Amino acid sequence: MVIIIIAIGAFYAVPNLFGEDHAVQVVGTRGADVTVTTQTQVNDLLQSKGIGVKRSELENGQLLVRVNNAEQQLLAKEAIAEALGDKFSVALNLAPATPAWLESLGGSPMKLGLDLRGGVHFLMEVDMGEAIRKMEEAKIADFRSQLREEGIRYSGVKATAKGIEIKFRDAENLAKAESFLKSRSNDMVFSDASEGNNFALMATMSEVYLKQVKEDALSQNITTIRNRVNELGVAEPVVQRQGAERIIVELPGVQDTARAKEILGATASIEFHMVDEKADMNAAQSGRVPPGSEVYPRREGGIAVLKKEVMLTGDHITGAQPSFDQYSRPQVSISLDAKGGNIFSNVTKDNIGKPMATLFIEYKDSGKRNPDGSVKMDKIEEVISVATIQARLGRNFVITGLSHGEAQNLALLLRAGALIAPVSIVEERTIGPSLGAENIENGMQAMLWGMAVVLIFMLIYYRAFGVIANLALCANLIMVVGVMSMIPGAVLTLPGIAGMVLTVGMAVDGNVLIYERIREELRAGRSVQQAIHEGYGNAFSTIADANITTFITALILFAVGSGAIKGFAVTLMIGIATSMFTAIVGTRAIVNAMWGGKRVKKLSI
Amino acid sequence: MLQILSIKGSINFLRHALPISIMSAVLVVASLTSLATKGINWGLDFTGGTSVIMEFSKPANLDELRLALDTELTSGAVVQNFGSSRDVVVRLQVREDIKSDLQVKEVFAAAAKQDPAVQQKSVEFVGPQVGKELAEQGGLAVLVALICILIYVSFRFEWRLAMGSVAALAHDVIVTLGLFSFLQLEFDLTVLAGLLTVVGDSLNDTIVVFDRIRENFLKMRKATPVEVVNTSITQTMSRTIITTGTTLITVVALFLKGGTLIHGFATALLMGILVGTYSSIYVASFLAIKLGINREHMMPVEVEKEGADQPSIMP
Repeated sequence: MVIIIIAIGAFYAVPNLFGEDHAVQVVGTRGADVTVTTQTQVNDLLQSKGIGVKRSELENGQLLVRVNNAEQQLLAKEAIAEALGDKFSVALNLAPATPAWLESLGGSPMKLGLDLRGGVHFLMEVDMGEAIRKMEEAKIADFRSQLREEGIRYSGVKATAKGIEIKFRDAENLAKAESFLKSRSNDMVFSDASEGNNFALMATMSEVYLKQVKEDALSQNITTIRNRVNELGVAEPVVQRQGAERIIVELPGVQDTARAKEILGATASIEFHMVDEKADMNAAQSGRVPPGSEVYPRREGGIAVLKKEVMLTGDHITGAQPSFDQYSRPQVSISLDAKGGNIFSNVTKDNIGKPMATLFIEYKDSGKRNPDGSVKMDKIEEVISVATIQARLGRNFVITGLSHGEAQNLALLLRAGALIAPVSIVEERTIGPSLGAENIENGMQAMLWGMAVVLIFMLIYYRAFGVIANLALCANLIMVVGVMSMIPGAVLTLPGIAGMVLTVGMAVDGNVLIYERIREELRAGRSVQQAIHEGYGNAFSTIADANITTFITALILFAVGSGAIKGFAVTLMIGIATSMFTAIVGTRAIVNAMWGGKRVKKLSI
Repeated sequence: MLQILSIKGSINFLRHALPISIMSAVLVVASLTSLATKGINWGLDFTGGTSVIMEFSKPANLDELRLALDTELTSGAVVQNFGSSRDVVVRLQVREDIKSDLQVKEVFAAAAKQDPAVQQKSVEFVGPQVGKELAEQGGLAVLVALICILIYVSFRFEWRLAMGSVAALAHDVIVTLGLFSFLQLEFDLTVLAGLLTVVGDSLNDTIVVFDRIRENFLKMRKATPVEVVNTSITQTMSRTIITTGTTLITVVALFLKGGTLIHGFATALLMGILVGTYSSIYVASFLAIKLGINREHMMPVEVEKEGADQPSIMP
């Protein structure tokens, strides 16, 4: 029984002995799939370039090609990326060199944390104020159209600090609107905010709805960021929510943080508006525009007056590719989903011959902070192009007016979807690959030295029983590694290695307690068999109590700690559990096998 | 047979209890004073800010780097060696008006001017809001840990012993924090992890002693509580020394070989384990005795028979 359990632990620990292969990973992005054809294509390509392929696997729509060294890995990546085009994302990866038979039995090495393999860690905060403001805007548009359809006359709808204010000329319309809107939108709370002859209705979001809006903003942002991370071509990224407003992003192996940040945090999106042709440009210069219109700066200078109503937002975009027009000016070819296509073809049909503007919207971290400590974002809106609608537009069209780099970034961002609310980076940790390797090296050194001294000490102090304790200690270490490899979510970090080292020192405690007890019983004149029996029996509850309390602290550490500290808590908890097993059950089995049922006069303890 | 301690009978540990308790009290007061006056040298994790670690190809000239960094963007930068003369860490405070990216770029540019082969090893940026939250969470973690332990020990042993053990743990935490404050060592997240580990480890020792106290109260029917405690401490002494020894061996290994990034962690453990070992012997047991622990408290709870609490009718 004991042997079986330790053997299982050892079995799962074995994959850690094999190193890692340099590999190139190919994943299909939007619309493209990696198939056997792709695999053959890649293999043939690499062969023609003289790059030796160790192994090429196709799994879950992901192709992993192992090559011999880092140099060939780089060459292979470039060659593949060039050949497959931007429908696929090609990333460098380190694949565990676990033999296939072992892998098929579920064996895989421990996952290394960012502090051991190098990479970037971001903690991003979603600007909820902006998410709510956007939702309010949508509601305002809803109210306008609903009231209009119902024939209820209102004199204005606008967002105020307290909520959405809807103004009326008389009490009759207000009452009608109130009962109508109440029946229509149950996620808003309506109250009469009339003052004297100013009849007004105030609409605020209900608590539940507010929570829902925030929840949606966070989960949609996570989806978008995950898409963008995939577009970046990073192997084994982590995108996770933390708390109510934050997102953790971990990108192993990424060193160019600037680009990663630019792409992940970018909120660039586009909106299409009709140009207000009737507006007086001179009046607009000084900020006076007709109601329902607004002034925006143009990228090439000057201003444009656009209708406030958004004809189409970036949400409906399903595909975006950077390309060049016949004068080799950069452009982005856009395809829309069915709904977007319908909306767009309807509005363009009614507006043939009129100018339409593409508005480029971007949020930028201003570097300043709001009073509550959150990062202040600047909203930058620019008209990038104004074009006359020549014909009814369908689901595919192009937009122009961008630089080459912008066209590429915009295409990527549109493909991955827009962030519903801007995000800002509140924590960032970049660990260079050399530091990661150094950390592993240091951890291993500490482990070796600590372990060696403890082993020697136990051997000298307890002699034969020391050998047994040492066997238990080694078995314990193997089991910790085995369990860490088995649990999918467990990640080895530098503090995690420290936890393992510490476990070595603390795990002997169980054996020390038992042995000291046996010695005591022997001194008290008990026979050898009795002493062993009493020793194990009496020490058990002590060991259990002592370990459970340590376990409690580790559990608390796990609950409140983040990242690397969590790794420490996990190894500590696993170490406590396995050490109890090896120290009590494991050594007992050996002791029984050696001295059990025999007449022994003297113990080597 | 090799033995560290070969003791016949028991040592009167508690004879020294009063002076040692006074010493402990003095240590706690000194620690609190240091915490109040000097405060803790909070690390980046808690204050927020930016830190850049770089590796130079030759020993770095820190003064030159400091001078180069005395610009609009990076004024107030703290430049220090990090583990070796070639490794340098530059720490910057959060500035309202400047993005950390720009500061990092500036730092790296200044370093590259001195040594073109300089390598950027790690960059960390923690927003001030996040830092504040981490500090709150950390304090909460230590408190919750102590409360959970109080509950568990009360449940398994007895409230007097529980109070004793928690007092010993609080003592360990305060004195270790005091040492960090007095020496102005940097307190980051790994130190917090170390502190919680100390709590667990020190409790280990206490539990082992208490377990023996419970056992001996039942065995030594005629002995006074003080005698029982003395005997228990004596009997567990060699185990305490050996286990503390092996744990210290591994901690020293971490301290010496583990590298700069877990230096704080190892330091916290080193101090905490030393303080924790004697506190579990003296502070915990002594307080339990002062709270009037005696044999009755240790008796197994008798199963109440039906009607046992009713006055008996029959004489």
